[in-house]
Amino acid sequence: MTQNLRVKSSEFIDETNRISFKFDGKTYYGFKGDTLASALIANNVHLVGRSFKYHRPRGIMTSGSEEPNAIVQLNPNSNITEPNARATEIEIYEGLEASSQNCWPSVNFDIGGINNFLAPLFPAGFYYKTFMWPKSFWEKYEFFIRHSAGLGKSPTTKDPDIYDHRNIYCDVLVVGAGISGILAAKNAAKNNFKTLLLDEKNELGGSTIYETNEYNKINNNLASEWLKKEINELKNIKNLEIKTRTSVAAYHQYNYLLARENLTDHLDKKDKKNKIRQRLLKIRAKKVILATGALERPLIFNNNDRPGIMLSSAIKKYSNFYGVACGTKNIFFTNNDSAYESALSLYNKGIKVEAIIDIRENSDAKIIKKINDAGIKIYWSHTIVDTRGYKRLSGVSIMKLSNDGTSVTGSKISISGDCLGIAGGWTPAIHLYTQSGSKLTFDEDRKIFIPKTDTKEQISVGSCGGDFELDEIITNLNYKLKNFLNINKTDFEGITLENDHETSKRNIWLLPSDQTIGKTKPFVDYQNDATAKDIKLALREGFRSIEHVKRYTTTGMGTDQGKLGNMHALGIIADIAGVKMGELGTTTFRPPYTPLTFGTIVGRNVGEFFETFRRTPINDWHIKNKAEFENVGQWKRSWYYPKEDETMHQAVQRESKAARESAGILDASTLGKIDIQGSDASEFLNRVYTNAWSKLAIGKCRYGLMLNEDGMVYDDGVTTRLGENHYIMTTTTGGAANVLGKLEDYLQTEWPELDVYLTSVTDHFATASLCGPNSKKILNKIIPDLDLSDVNFPHMSFKEVLIDKIKCRIMRISFTGELSYEINSPASYGEAIWQKCIEAGKEFNITPYGTETMHLLRAEKGFIIVGQDTDGTMTPIDLQMDWIVSKKKYDFIGKRSLYRSDTMKEDRKQLVGLLTEDPNIVLEEGAQIVSELNQKPVEMLGHVTSSYFSPNLNKSIALAVVKDGKNMMGRKLFVPMENKSISVTVANTVFYDEKNERLNA
Amino acid sequence: MFLINCPYCGERDQQEFKAGGEAHIERPKQPTELSDDEWAEYLFMRKNIKGVQFERWNHAHGCRKWFNMVRDTSNDEIKAIYKIGEKPPTQ
Ligand SMILES: [Zn+2]
Repeated sequence: MTQNLRVKSSEFIDETNRISFKFDGKTYYGFKGDTLASALIANNVHLVGRSFKYHRPRGIMTSGSEEPNAIVQLNPNSNITEPNARATEIEIYEGLEASSQNCWPSVNFDIGGINNFLAPLFPAGFYYKTFMWPKSFWEKYEFFIRHSAGLGKSPTTKDPDIYDHRNIYCDVLVVGAGISGILAAKNAAKNNFKTLLLDEKNELGGSTIYETNEYNKINNNLASEWLKKEINELKNIKNLEIKTRTSVAAYHQYNYLLARENLTDHLDKKDKKNKIRQRLLKIRAKKVILATGALERPLIFNNNDRPGIMLSSAIKKYSNFYGVACGTKNIFFTNNDSAYESALSLYNKGIKVEAIIDIRENSDAKIIKKINDAGIKIYWSHTIVDTRGYKRLSGVSIMKLSNDGTSVTGSKISISGDCLGIAGGWTPAIHLYTQSGSKLTFDEDRKIFIPKTDTKEQISVGSCGGDFELDEIITNLNYKLKNFLNINKTDFEGITLENDHETSKRNIWLLPSDQTIGKTKPFVDYQNDATAKDIKLALREGFRSIEHVKRYTTTGMGTDQGKLGNMHALGIIADIAGVKMGELGTTTFRPPYTPLTFGTIVGRNVGEFFETFRRTPINDWHIKNKAEFENVGQWKRSWYYPKEDETMHQAVQRESKAARESAGILDASTLGKIDIQGSDASEFLNRVYTNAWSKLAIGKCRYGLMLNEDGMVYDDGVTTRLGENHYIMTTTTGGAANVLGKLEDYLQTEWPELDVYLTSVTDHFATASLCGPNSKKILNKIIPDLDLSDVNFPHMSFKEVLIDKIKCRIMRISFTGELSYEINSPASYGEAIWQKCIEAGKEFNITPYGTETMHLLRAEKGFIIVGQDTDGTMTPIDLQMDWIVSKKKYDFIGKRSLYRSDTMKEDRKQLVGLLTEDPNIVLEEGAQIVSELNQKPVEMLGHVTSSYFSPNLNKSIALAVVKDGKNMMGRKLFVPMENKSISVTVANTVFYDEKNERLNA
Repeated sequence: MFLINCPYCGERDQQEFKAGGEAHIERPKQPTELSDDEWAEYLFMRKNIKGVQFERWNHAHGCRKWFNMVRDTSNDEIKAIYKIGEKPPTQ
């Protein structure tokens, strides 16, 4: 197709730079500066999609981010494909490909279009009403619904583009670079405020920049000419940063805003390479000036959705800015003067305007005379009652409106045309304003929501603040800026302003037709295919709250969040319910204002940077020795070390046997370590652990259990007394940060009188845990000078030694029940010390083992793992660990709660051992436990918390929490599984070496 | 996202902080002397006001200090911030 609708060259379009692009597989040409929408219109392509529910043909309606219809899939079938892009925002570049969405098999022949003829079957709430029953049918319905109602396709491969985040701090942020935004930013920057000016479009100047209305004049120049000079001056202003193609997505409290800066989408393919595609700006502004403008409203009348029906302001922008005529025979339909400006600018370019239909009785604006002079027919007090044309508008039928505006009279007049501009007035773009927490008020006279109570350090200027006419905008802007910035004068104070004034108003939310409402299709939400009829139905069915009506009818629920039709929905509801719109309230506008890509949201946090990992100083050795890793909190811990083709089970069985029969070694560096110092350190430990600490001798270690104030087990670990006022506490790997936080909390807020200082030293040390009957011999080879006898270095004690001149702390403590030593070395020597242990242990076949074997070995001994065998509802008594709870101490965290009637109940869930009748069956962790199989309803007694096959006992063992478990020793219970039921017997939690003889073996 | 003025570090983004619930609930000095009801009152009962509320906050990813905040929960306006141990401001 040729560019037959390019009417006049435009200064905003570079006609020397011809660009080819593809739409629905067909190649077209446009120019640099075109959007996909303007280029398509220039090629006389209006039909760009199908509607969501009825699959009605839809065309481009707007020229901006509020577009409901022209939603396209960019670069389909590639790894950079993107659904739901608005053709009105996409700047074309060489090689761009786009396709229609929501139509199958093609936009011109769409199977779903049959829904249009079945429309009586698709009323509001149709999906809720029909597809929810019979319930079992949903899966079948869903397949068809999803297949025919495509909302674009997500890419299926990795996004190759680069995204970025940037934090910005500024004194003044100005959102929107129309005339108000530009003047605001300029004056803020000139007064030494560090200023940031953002606009979603690629050009500054908003709608004023392409204004040709000779009635709008500043200092006797066209407003557009005057503004261009102002924009030119911005270059020389310090303190001012300007970002175009940058859309503010969210406005949070305390002037924290998120914006998406589009850096390369408009560039040719070759120029995009290796550049950041989009950047998320995280802006913290001292002051925010909203200059977001206003969106033109459509009019709601029968069949108001045909391709070729557009906003009047969009037609003006296509003609004035892009130099494109939207139609060859244009009609306008309006309730205000702005459509006349659009009509006149077409007329002045030689584009034919057939007629203007105005629902008002008259207007005394100066521009009316121009229209009359041009010979354009105006139908006052008329409304469109129907439109014609399936894939493109071919004409409209109009009738005279009754005085009250609820019906039509007289005979029908038919007007033919291929483009209809509709002008229903203006809605201030208050979306960001309300997101910030500011409150609106409804102006009943002008039928608009305007700002009422601003949050701190924020103002709205220009049309988003409810000022629509040039003199009003500039005068109020001057006043507001001086107050807000606390300055004496603005640089535009005293300019002379001339403009037309609108005096005549008439607003009808739903325009009548000669047909009954049931036979009409007046669309309120184009994207979601919600009509005024649906809203009426919802009200008839009893819905009253605007939020409910919205969800029931899906009005405003599309990707455009109903930017065009929300006000009409409110108006129609108010009219029917007989309430004032102000009383009805408005729906909430949630971020993002326009959709964001996932790429922008995650920025650089993809792939290996998705999550931060912590690795121990011995990590390289583990990798070299083929360890499999497991995530524990943020840590990557070695899980097991498979040899050749060993399975996990085989590896763990081998490691577990080796650790008990000869020697094993575990990297325990991840355990939390808190250095505790101060003259009240012992008293502090007394208060935070359940057992007594005052009498712990220097050089000795003790196991401690920490509770929450509610009496439930919170963490555990061994603490060593290094000196009179010096302890080192170990915590669980996952609990380290929380334990430190909790201890700080008590120290700072409850016991500030205690002289105690806490320091996290987890990363300062590497820990190699030597375990097994030969561990003493290995340690002896490493430190021959140290007397390792049970007298000199007994279980639960500590020595500070030098290994190759490196100061190390060795604790003789055990989490496996075997003789073991934990060697803590400075982190940077961790791998060397580990390597030394491995060398020394070779003759004993020392076996590195991971967390899985550690878990198995401790389960054999019945040692708990906080977070696995406990879940925040277990007291030490429930764990059968009464021995560790001091009866003598007056107080410790959680003590009082152990005497609450609930925690003292006898039949709480308690930790017990479980043995399966068949020793080869290993229970599933999390499996439920019951006492009777046929009881209904079945009573769940508890669940399995840890379960392993023990190679050292050659049978399956498990720990479980069972109601009243303490009194069930020896009882037979059942673990029902999907196809079988497993018989188990309640047993002691200690399965191996009950007398702890191996600790001193 | 609040901007919180840590009394030790100055203004920082909310991300660095952790909320710690209602402020000025002192841990009883002699818990064993309390009845179950009295202990439960301390342990579980919190006001959760819509309006001006006294709260504890911790600069968790900063100086790790706890402090108190007066916040209007209906609009998230931070009315005052003061150190632990200092008297709450009177309105
Ligand atoms: Zn701080």
